[in-house]
Amino acid sequence: MSTNEWPLWEVFIRSKQGLNHKHVGSLRAPDAEMALQNARDVYTRRSEGISIWVVQSALITASDPADSEAYFEPSDSKVYRHPTFYDLPDGIEHM
Amino acid sequence: METLTQEKLAEKFQAKIDADIKIEPNDWMPDTYRKSLIRQISQHAHSEIVGMLPEGNWITRAPSLRRKAVLLAKVQDEAGHGLYLYSATETLGVSREETIDDLHSGKVKYSSIFNYPTLSWADMGAIGWLVDGAAIMNQVALCRTSYGPYARAMVKICKEESFHQRQGYEIMSTLMNGTEAQREMAQDAMNRFWWPSLMMFGPSDAESKHTEQSMRWRIKRHTNDELRQSFVDASVPQAELIGLKIPDPNLVWNEARGHYDFGAIDWEEFWQVVGGNGPCNKERIEARVKAKEEGEWVREAAMAYAKKHKS
Repeated sequence: MSTNEWPLWEVFIRSKQGLNHKHVGSLRAPDAEMALQNARDVYTRRSEGISIWVVQSALITASDPADSEAYFEPSDSKVYRHPTFYDLPDGIEHM
Repeated sequence: METLTQEKLAEKFQAKIDADIKIEPNDWMPDTYRKSLIRQISQHAHSEIVGMLPEGNWITRAPSLRRKAVLLAKVQDEAGHGLYLYSATETLGVSREETIDDLHSGKVKYSSIFNYPTLSWADMGAIGWLVDGAAIMNQVALCRTSYGPYARAMVKICKEESFHQRQGYEIMSTLMNGTEAQREMAQDAMNRFWWPSLMMFGPSDAESKHTEQSMRWRIKRHTNDELRQSFVDASVPQAELIGLKIPDPNLVWNEARGHYDFGAIDWEEFWQVVGGNGPCNKERIEARVKAKEEGEWVREAAMAYAKKHKS
């Protein structure tokens, strides 16, 4: 493998005003400017977006899937964080 | 965290598959699952890239500006599809360069259909309609494959490919409404591409060495023969509507099965082409190697430029 391999970039696209940028895939490019241009050609050939972010994949810190059960358990066990946990007296339809 | 034994991990993995929970890149997966995916996805990526060659052959000779713009867009899509799939392959821990070198050395194959030459303009019609039609049949099924990045790439590819099949059918339909010579050209393309299109689904279930395991892992959701039958059933009425004859004397509607029966596939031809002895195998790989070698200095220069401007 050559040491000159272009770095990997993750591509995020905002599909329209008012929505978040969303991860759509990745590509290789020598620098940020070319990553943007390539992202436009590869991921927005059919009006999929109005704004693109590119981030070098190596710069992303991710949680470990092997730990995900323990890591996200606290949010599963606290049912009282959800409105359906609470009893409402009859007569209240919307709250 | 307790360390799970390989056996436990494998059990949990299969349970996820059985519950239709997608597998993502950093999840634990059996080595054989990873290898099987690398083989299938990279083969798929190579097919998209090599598939640009037979059609690229006709871009400069398209009969009108409309057809030329359409063909260019289609070939550009295929480059994009190859890139989505190379990216998906990379998530499994192989480098892109290694993947591409495996194509060039012949270690990994691509769809054998692209080893047939494109002799007339009607071939652009036959390829779009039949070859992309067969590919779509396969790819729609793969949208539900168990590996997340592969499934997502497939969803995007399927959305984009539906125009590919329609533009091909439009070419065929236009030719069939044309002169006698144009109708003959369309029928000739049909005669050459029908059987290789059926071969695109791969060996029959009884012969396919990967199908059983791939079905258990839900990499594949339908067998080769099931998809091939769906393709025949869909294509026959389309051919009849525009007056094309299917080059198969044994093709007949089977009322009891609710499917078309069709003649035996020449598997000897299939294995010959897969094995490197098709009409264009050598030419296709040579074109890919040439593109890589002659583009080397561009990739190096771009990298050197990027490094210089960073510091």
